[in-house]
Amino acid sequence: MMAKYTLPVGPQHPALKEPESFWFKVEGEVIVDVDIRLGYNHRGIEKACESRNYIQCLYLIERICGICSHSHTTAFAQCVEEIAGLEIPARAKYIRVIVGELERLHSHLLWLGVAGHEIGFDTLFMYSWRDREAVLDLLELITGNRVNYAINTIGGVRRDIDGPKREQILSQLDLLADRAKFYADLVTTDSTCLARLENVAKFSAEQARAFGTVGPTARASGIDLDVRRDDPYAAYGEMPFKVIISDRGDLLGRAIVRLEEIGESIKILKYALQNLPDGPLTVKAPRKVPAGEAVSRYEAPRGEDIHYVRADGSDHPERVKVRAPTMANIYAIGESMKGSYVADIPIIIASIDPCFSCTDRMIKIVRQESGEARTMTWEELRQYGIRWYQQ
Amino acid sequence: MSRIGKVIPELFKSLTSAPATVDFPKSAVPVPPDYRGKPVLIQEKCTGCGLCQRDCPAAAIEMVDVGAKRPKPAFDYGRCAFCAQCAESCRSDAIVITGEHHLAAFSREALRAAPRPEKKEEEPQEPAAEQE
Repeated sequence: MMAKYTLPVGPQHPALKEPESFWFKVEGEVIVDVDIRLGYNHRGIEKACESRNYIQCLYLIERICGICSHSHTTAFAQCVEEIAGLEIPARAKYIRVIVGELERLHSHLLWLGVAGHEIGFDTLFMYSWRDREAVLDLLELITGNRVNYAINTIGGVRRDIDGPKREQILSQLDLLADRAKFYADLVTTDSTCLARLENVAKFSAEQARAFGTVGPTARASGIDLDVRRDDPYAAYGEMPFKVIISDRGDLLGRAIVRLEEIGESIKILKYALQNLPDGPLTVKAPRKVPAGEAVSRYEAPRGEDIHYVRADGSDHPERVKVRAPTMANIYAIGESMKGSYVADIPIIIASIDPCFSCTDRMIKIVRQESGEARTMTWEELRQYGIRWYQQ
Repeated sequence: MSRIGKVIPELFKSLTSAPATVDFPKSAVPVPPDYRGKPVLIQEKCTGCGLCQRDCPAAAIEMVDVGAKRPKPAFDYGRCAFCAQCAESCRSDAIVITGEHHLAAFSREALRAAPRPEKKEEEPQEPAAEQE
């Protein structure tokens, strides 16, 4: 019987909106218990919104997450539009869908690259990020920015997609569909991916439901849940797509769900671009929003994003509340880690797509009885994981 | 079903294809025509209403006295988030978004662009907003 260790990971995970600290109780290489502590990097965005007008809030809300920026602004704008009683034009709804789906494409390709990096398959990381560049170029073409697109405004969208832009996007989509198929094929057949993803951190549908998971994490455990279909917003009610579900429940399932969703997103994009209705882009929004409150849901690439806004009749909100998808998924990964190996920590944390960046994270290994401590960087832990599996 | 080398043909393809990156600064990636770069004031059109300052999410615009009846906006590109909301909010189209995006400077002062004084009639010209 080996000695029991506590292995703290974090708390500095600055790329996340909810940076977390994981305290792993390990027996040898096996994780027996996980303690998750949240709230280390509180930015006070919700409070800051209360001192800004609605237009300024949009740009602040956009910066909650650099990757799901469109998700957050759309959810916020939908709240304000609901309070103000605005019905945005059909063309604006379609453009919101187009940008939202392009965002999903780039987010899932980004995730694939991060996952590849964490399992030591850096070739996959480089290829998928190269292909993600094509999506970012399209977003730049439509909105003028690679990230933080700022396409939404209260009452519609700020920029139009004209004929030449539409053709350019459509011409790229077939290529991206091919690449998505290639990656789906690669992840399900390549021995490196299978060895690191298959049957790791299994999470049953009952567990996933009990822990309130959302998005691809829930769908990979066989839960049929997608806000785009269940509670259609923007123009999703008219879009033809199917919700991808996998009942595997392991990391491979999460990869499969995300990669197949790329194909569905491309279907939505094609439909939306070919059936883009004519009309204005915005309706006139009042600067002062009447008193009231609204909740809006949005299927961000990582799962359901919930925004709540209460207005008091002035030009700034009285209260803004954001529940980002990582918040719903974070406890699930803690639970799913029990019984996994220390070497799997990076890929399991990355598997819920928690807005990881490449920053180094400090990890401290403390020997419980003697208080002996060892400090590892995230990179060292990643290398440790790769070496451990090579043995 | 498990096999090695699904990615091998891809590797060979990459051997003969051009690099995905460019040799910056010798060559640069072109930006699309609607790129959100540096916002620039066209002072003749500006009415000094201050809407740009009110909506700027980054507090990058300050209305400064230029000797005219109403103050005119001064930009701090060090604070600017390049969201183009100022151009959107402007009712007289006095702010244009240029594609200029190589804005690195050695001091914060070099990143500021003040409107020129308006004491007397002057030739219409772009405000002095250039910096290396």
